[in-house]
Amino acid sequence: METRQYVIGTIVANVSGVLSRVSGMFTRRGFNIDSLTVGETESSGFSRITIAFHGDDDIKERIVRQLEKLHDVKEVEVLDNSETVIRELLLLKVKNTPSTRQDIMTAVEIFRSKIVDYSTTALICELTGETAKIDAFIELMKPYGIMEMCRTGIVAVERGENCLKTR
Amino acid sequence: MFRSDRYFMRMSGAKIVVETLIEQGIDTVFGYPGGQVIDLFDELYMSRERIHHVLAAHEQGAAHAADGYARATGKVGVVIATSGPGATNLVTGIATAYLDSVPLVAITGNVPTSLIGRDSFQEVDIVGITMPVTKHNFIVKDVRELADTLRTAFKIAKSGRPGPVLVDIPKDVQTASWDFEPKPDPVRPYPLSFVSEGKLRRAAEMIAQSQRPYIYFGGGVISGKASKEVMMLSEKIDAPMGCSLMGLSAVPCDHPMFLGMNGMHGHYASSVAQDEADLVIALGARFSDRATGRKERFNKNFRIIHIDIDCAELNKNIGADLAVQGDIKDALYRLTAMVEETKRPEWRERIAQLRNEEEARLASAAALRDERMAKSGAEGFLTPYQIIDTISAFADEKTCVVTDVGQHQMWTAQRYPLKKPRTFLTSGGLGTMGYGVGAAIGACVATGRRTILFTGDGSFGMNLNELATSVSQNVPLVIVVMNNGVLGMVRQWQTLFFDKHYSNTTLDRKTDFAKVAQAFGAEGVRVTNSDELREAAKAAFEYEGTFLIDCAVNCDEFVLPMLPPGGSIEEIITEIK
Repeated sequence: METRQYVIGTIVANVSGVLSRVSGMFTRRGFNIDSLTVGETESSGFSRITIAFHGDDDIKERIVRQLEKLHDVKEVEVLDNSETVIRELLLLKVKNTPSTRQDIMTAVEIFRSKIVDYSTTALICELTGETAKIDAFIELMKPYGIMEMCRTGIVAVERGENCLKTR
Repeated sequence: MFRSDRYFMRMSGAKIVVETLIEQGIDTVFGYPGGQVIDLFDELYMSRERIHHVLAAHEQGAAHAADGYARATGKVGVVIATSGPGATNLVTGIATAYLDSVPLVAITGNVPTSLIGRDSFQEVDIVGITMPVTKHNFIVKDVRELADTLRTAFKIAKSGRPGPVLVDIPKDVQTASWDFEPKPDPVRPYPLSFVSEGKLRRAAEMIAQSQRPYIYFGGGVISGKASKEVMMLSEKIDAPMGCSLMGLSAVPCDHPMFLGMNGMHGHYASSVAQDEADLVIALGARFSDRATGRKERFNKNFRIIHIDIDCAELNKNIGADLAVQGDIKDALYRLTAMVEETKRPEWRERIAQLRNEEEARLASAAALRDERMAKSGAEGFLTPYQIIDTISAFADEKTCVVTDVGQHQMWTAQRYPLKKPRTFLTSGGLGTMGYGVGAAIGACVATGRRTILFTGDGSFGMNLNELATSVSQNVPLVIVVMNNGVLGMVRQWQTLFFDKHYSNTTLDRKTDFAKVAQAFGAEGVRVTNSDELREAAKAAFEYEGTFLIDCAVNCDEFVLPMLPPGGSIEEIITEIK
């Protein structure tokens, strides 16, 4: 069966251990996670976990059903990639040398990235975008000497008025 | 706050636990005391007239006893243990209940909240440890949430597909005080979802198109109380029935349409009929690898309608042509009303033929066995079926039959004439050797009736310390040890697939189980022929208390038929030379 990336949005009870329960289910059932992000929601009792993974339709169905079984998981939805705003945030520290500085600045401008920290030896670039854009930017920065980097993993919200809400 | 219209009392967390258990209709709990549950046990002492605590020899035994209690009755079993090793000793019992969907509430003490995370004495993260083997679990850090958390635990344990829930209660939460407001009734399970009319109509169409339907049911039919409905459907559409290990006892074994368990050690006719069917109606079963063999081959010949209360079971192991989530009793009742009454003489004839073939293969296997025994000069042994037949003749149809795990378990599953739901208690999913004695005690306590445990010398050796419990509880328990001196099931695999390399399966122990039983204060005899067996069985069924019959069985008895692991129906082994 065809494999592709799926993004699942979940609303979970904001209680201790919930992240273990969700990630533990993936480990136990042998599903791989590409990225997992957790954050608060507009209501204090709930958090939102966004999970991206690769798999076929069968695996996606099994993951959704296993997630739905967890007591602390209140809502699960497979987000339609074309109807969803998907973003990741990257902080990337790259070497700052007189010979590369201008090239880096140009790339930053074209990618609509931002320099958020500047020192004589290092630059930190901040970039948001879809995974492909982030990947491309990292590729581009490699020759300049990436010192360290950190990306958040995917967060996603459906376009239009559709919302992921607790029952 | 003034609450004159409501009845509540301020009490300790420990007392809240006991009061909540009583409120939930619990009159019996199983457990073992320890440092972090002294407060709770103190309250159990104070309430001993209202709630009976069965003291086990080991927490694992207590967990299996609570499991046996739950399986025999359908009620929620409750087990209590202390922190650390007490809690970890429960894990096998909890996992056993999880794999077989048994409603259980496990309560553990823990070190005071201020000491959590500091590797304090007898501290473990039991919530973390049991996360993958419970439906859900809790640690209660605030006494104000204690009663409601316990209520939720019961609700989860008995809702939908039942299962175990663990509630971890630190000591300071047991000693803290809060208002307890009793609820008039036990919590009710979440309402079951009902199958849509459209799906049932589709199922009825598939049945109408089928020439050779076969009903395959599992433990869900027992927990869903749908035995009658399964038989009604079978009779109306003229479909034979087979089942998984967990499905046994749901339908009387002498029902004319029932072919018995299928799968790895199932009945020949049942497994072959399933393979020759063009439609398998799977009810409350999960297509475990032991039931299906090689998945790619399994459903080559038939379509599948799969009905289960647990949505996650649909298309998990085997893809279904029609997957239906919902209450099985209701679904079957409505489905049976929709389908046309049908007679299938050809299919019936084929089934009769398969039954005859099964008889012939059994006879041939038995003859080969006798030949083998004669050649090896083996004497003074009982055959497994002889033991089961002799014992079952003394029991009635309500007698609970418990097994451990291994060859004796499969022989019992194949042979014992089960008639009523909840009379067959076995560790199916996890295959827990050592399950039996504890579970049998739980069943005895629950039913107040004489219970039979079939076990093997390997399994029995694992948890025979629970003999102490059965003696002190003075429960009428008949323990039948099929003693072949080897770990027979593994030995069978070694015979068939490992060139008879009997690596560590020859026990070579000098344990005298009859004397062991006597030393524990039970009665015990050793039997080596049918007269002795009959006499011992008669004595056992008249004895007030625990009676052990140690039966001599040859180490080269095989469980047949056998579908090799990961094999397919063509590879079925029905005899061994």
